[in-house]
Amino acid sequence: MSAITREEVAHLARLSRLALADEELDHFAAQLDQIVGAVARVAEVATADIPPSSHALPLTNVFRPDVVAPSLTPEQALSGAPAVEDDRFRVPRILGEEA
Amino acid sequence: MSELIKKTAAELGSLIASGEVSAVEVTQAHLDRIAAVEDRVHAFLHVGAESALAQAAAVDAKRAAGEELGPLAGVPIAHKDVFTTTDMPTTAGSKILEGWRPPYDATVTRRLRETGLVILGKTNLDEFAMGSSTENSAYGPTHNPWDLTRIPGGSSGGASASVAAYEAPLSTGTDTGGSIRQPAAVTGIVGMKPTYGGSSRYGLIAFASSLDTPGPFARNVLDAALLHEAFSGHDPMDSTSIDQPVPSVVEAARQGDVAGLTVGVVKEFGGDGYQPGVLARFQEAVELLESLGAKVVEVSCPSFTYALPAYYLIAPSECSSNLARFDAMRYGLRVGDDGTRSAEEVMALTRAAGFGPEVKRRIMLGTYALSSGYYDAYYGSAQKVRTLISRDFEAAFQHVDVLISPTTPTTAFPIGERADDPMAMYLADLCTIPSNLAGNAALSVPCGLADEDGLPVGLQIMAPVLGDDRCYRVGAAVERAFESRWGGPLLSKAPAL
Repeated sequence: MSAITREEVAHLARLSRLALADEELDHFAAQLDQIVGAVARVAEVATADIPPSSHALPLTNVFRPDVVAPSLTPEQALSGAPAVEDDRFRVPRILGEEA
Repeated sequence: MSELIKKTAAELGSLIASGEVSAVEVTQAHLDRIAAVEDRVHAFLHVGAESALAQAAAVDAKRAAGEELGPLAGVPIAHKDVFTTTDMPTTAGSKILEGWRPPYDATVTRRLRETGLVILGKTNLDEFAMGSSTENSAYGPTHNPWDLTRIPGGSSGGASASVAAYEAPLSTGTDTGGSIRQPAAVTGIVGMKPTYGGSSRYGLIAFASSLDTPGPFARNVLDAALLHEAFSGHDPMDSTSIDQPVPSVVEAARQGDVAGLTVGVVKEFGGDGYQPGVLARFQEAVELLESLGAKVVEVSCPSFTYALPAYYLIAPSECSSNLARFDAMRYGLRVGDDGTRSAEEVMALTRAAGFGPEVKRRIMLGTYALSSGYYDAYYGSAQKVRTLISRDFEAAFQHVDVLISPTTPTTAFPIGERADDPMAMYLADLCTIPSNLAGNAALSVPCGLADEDGLPVGLQIMAPVLGDDRCYRVGAAVERAFESRWGGPLLSKAPAL
């Protein structure tokens, strides 16, 4: 398996939406490389004939009855928001154009 | 120091129900204890003294009005700060949620309230329950009451320390890879990971959703069973909740007998990397079980040696997805929103400032394991190992009623020793992880002190899915026999704080 490079960590950080500092990239690269090297052992026993388990319980398609139940008020739902405007979450610009 | 804080939860419940002491007196005694030792232990992130006394007064008023009280009504409890609570901050040990007041209660929280348990406050944890020492808390580590220079385990380290320090007779925890059993073992108390789906995850801040399991801490097996029963059971708000009756854990804890049972010793858990004092106490527990009438056999579970690597692919993968919700938009921290930056830039700055190193490591590790090109080799292989581990358990439980092992390879290590060595830290969960991957029930009970450092050792008792009662049945028998040998609970040997 390929080792985890500093560039790879920078890519993972971008995908993960983590604005890491340069010194963090070096630190994490060494640690992630060590961890990935250790966990790669799983491939030793994971042969083609073994079905994967995503879960411990054999549950599928669990539904609640489709009935209206009490839920949060707009005020409650917005109570932890960093910024609010007109009963909505106020967010920084999402599209690329200048404001 | 009030003698009330040394009593068991069951004793306190019956004293309150009979009117011999008031719930307010009991709560005040524990608040006094918290005030006396918390500067050294740091088990709590938030103590709600006023609200606790009000909850206690409400229980006393019910009794005065002639209502019959349940067995835990008026008993204080410390609540892990990963369950949402409308009347207290909920941080998950992270700066990204500092000061957050959730708009709803977790199902576990609601059931504690319905039981009449008095919530004293919220306990410290590794950030988002990721860790084995509470050193990953953004609010500073918790200290082990046995030796304040050592870790209390994690991630539920505030929960274990609060009970071991007599700040509360009961506490809640969550166990994703051992986060209840390992802290219980290293602080000399009882901790139970119920069958996955036996206790609700609704309102539990998600780390790895296919593994996260709420469970109880207590100073004895019966108290743990009482709490287990109080907050467990089907919850329509959690789609992975099991729609079946809770196993009769309280009855099993009262029975406590192993005669006629077959107990399997997991061959793979021992030898290199295990502290000699841990193995010596474990061997004594094996002999004790034999003397109590159990048949003890050795069982091989070869896939268990792959559980740790599989876990450190599966849990980070799930975490990388679950923690995407911390986007600086709807709740929690927002950093760098100066009007010029895009939402994506604000998100990345917020997450870099709000998450600690272990959380960042795991998010990136999970993102890596799920990337196209690596998915089959890493996440896909780990899922196959998960199948193999379930098969090993199924095969073992054809022949044995329960499996046993040491709960942890070592006793509590010094604070700081493994803080920047992730792989060394991960080894603390070596023996506990298989039961998370397979979803079966597992309990840790004290089994003595290691000779080399005088620190507590835990015995892990694993039972099949929905066989939670077997854990309590065996645990109670072991506890009774050990306590008659020790002349009281193991915790009575802890140095006074």
